Amino acid sequence: MTQRIVDHPILGSIEEKEQVSFTFNEKEYYGMNGEPIAAALLANGVRTLRHHEEKATPRGIYCNIGHCFECRVTVDGKQGVRSCLTPLQEGMVIESGGTLPTPVKDWSAKNE
Amino acid sequence: MNNVIIIGAGPAGMSAAIACAQKGLDVVVIDEYLKAGGRLLGQLYEQPDGSWWNGIEESARLHQQALDLGVQIQLNTPVNNIEHHDGQWTIYTEHETLSTNHLLLATGAAESPIPVPGWTLPGVMSVGAAQVMTNVHRVKPGERGVIIGVNVLSSAIAMELKLAGIDVACMALPKMSQLTDQQAHPKHVLDSLLHVSHMAPSQFVKLGSKLMKNDFMKKLGVTFYPKRGVNMWDIPIQLRKAVIEIYGEKQVEGVTVATIDSNGEIVAGTEENVEADFVCIAGGLYPLAELAALTGCPFYLIEELGGYIPLHNERMETPLDGLYVAGNITGIEGAKVAAAQGTTAGLTIAKQAGFEGLDGEIEEAIQVVEETRDQSYIQFHPEVNKGREMVKEKWEEYVLPLRSI
Repeated sequence: MTQRIVDHPILGSIEEKEQVSFTFNEKEYYGMNGEPIAAALLANGVRTLRHHEEKATPRGIYCNIGHCFECRVTVDGKQGVRSCLTPLQEGMVIESGGTLPTPVKDWSAKNE
Repeated sequence: MNNVIIIGAGPAGMSAAIACAQKGLDVVVIDEYLKAGGRLLGQLYEQPDGSWWNGIEESARLHQQALDLGVQIQLNTPVNNIEHHDGQWTIYTEHETLSTNHLLLATGAAESPIPVPGWTLPGVMSVGAAQVMTNVHRVKPGERGVIIGVNVLSSAIAMELKLAGIDVACMALPKMSQLTDQQAHPKHVLDSLLHVSHMAPSQFVKLGSKLMKNDFMKKLGVTFYPKRGVNMWDIPIQLRKAVIEIYGEKQVEGVTVATIDSNGEIVAGTEENVEADFVCIAGGLYPLAELAALTGCPFYLIEELGGYIPLHNERMETPLDGLYVAGNITGIEGAKVAAAQGTTAGLTIAKQAGFEGLDGEIEEAIQVVEETRDQSYIQFHPEVNKGREMVKEKWEEYVLPLRSI
């Protein structure tokens, strides 16, 4: 399944780029060399890039140009990388963040 | 030490770089994105003369022109901090620390979000995000989308999505809340759309530009606004429906819309679901000015220009020595105005760096900014000229007491 816009009535055919392989959460995918990681994942039908550190709710791109930090992932061990503006390279190991332990006690009734 | 450092490789920053380099200055342009062009990259629309404004081509042209003039362009380079000591600006990027006597901030604009229940679900994105995914990266944001927020920018992008073969189920207003303000009010939205009636669907004009001249008739127009919406490029535009929730378990599956009255209040029992796999939120643009705030430059809130504006004059100088601004950081306008402001800033910098005899060129460049503004095809705010006058007044107020010292 591809979500790529191969032909466009005004912009013409998509630019041919070298295909590269990468992994996201240990699964192998292919994308275009140098395109943003978020675009490569969306082209593969992957929208969920991380889960919220506290609530564990799924998150994907929001602004797509680096302002909102919603799309942050871990790339080759480096945390907090914005996938919307990081160019994809051959062999990248990309991982989603998930929930983190919090020292703040939840005082809601169910925990009493 | 560089002659000039420019932060932002959009139309303003690149035009400034070109103007500086043409005068022989050595210039570094820094941008955190992976391509030069800024918001210009995604733009694609048909101009009144029938030609297409292609942001990707325009960006590539500016990029190449700058490279040919020897401008250093550092992409993928976020700027984390700016300091000012002994007349010198120090710029801390993620990779290195640079310094200069002349710093231009051309950081552009960011999109205002509109919080709607369910808006953190994967598949919900700003309308600009969908534009960049579609036109620049050529990946569909989804198969069928709903756009929340009806304004100039979202109407233009809705058409761009259709061009790329992406279905837009409808455009609707956000549910009225303390945060949505006038964007949820049908009369206000209709009013602002009429300001751009030359690009609005002909039905709007048929509803009657004449009819809409007074407030009472505008209210009537909204009251009789077709419940099914008005189609523009086959996209139903719903000014009498609001999105009250985005639903989906792991990602967007659709939105719940309800009919609203002419004041934007929900009519109970009218809720219905619209299936979609992506949702765009269009809250409008505001000047992205964090870096200017770090410098201590004075700011003023000017709604006509889209938000908080760093104080500047027509030559694009701020009150701080060696600090300049250009483009959407000075107010939300089109790419052509931003480019003209950039050229003005570049010439001003060249003058301040010691080039003589540039006053005439600078005056001409200021004229070009004003002419470009007057001829703009898309006006983001109908009162932009009033906003610009307000900045001029603030500048006079600010510098006058300094002059008398």
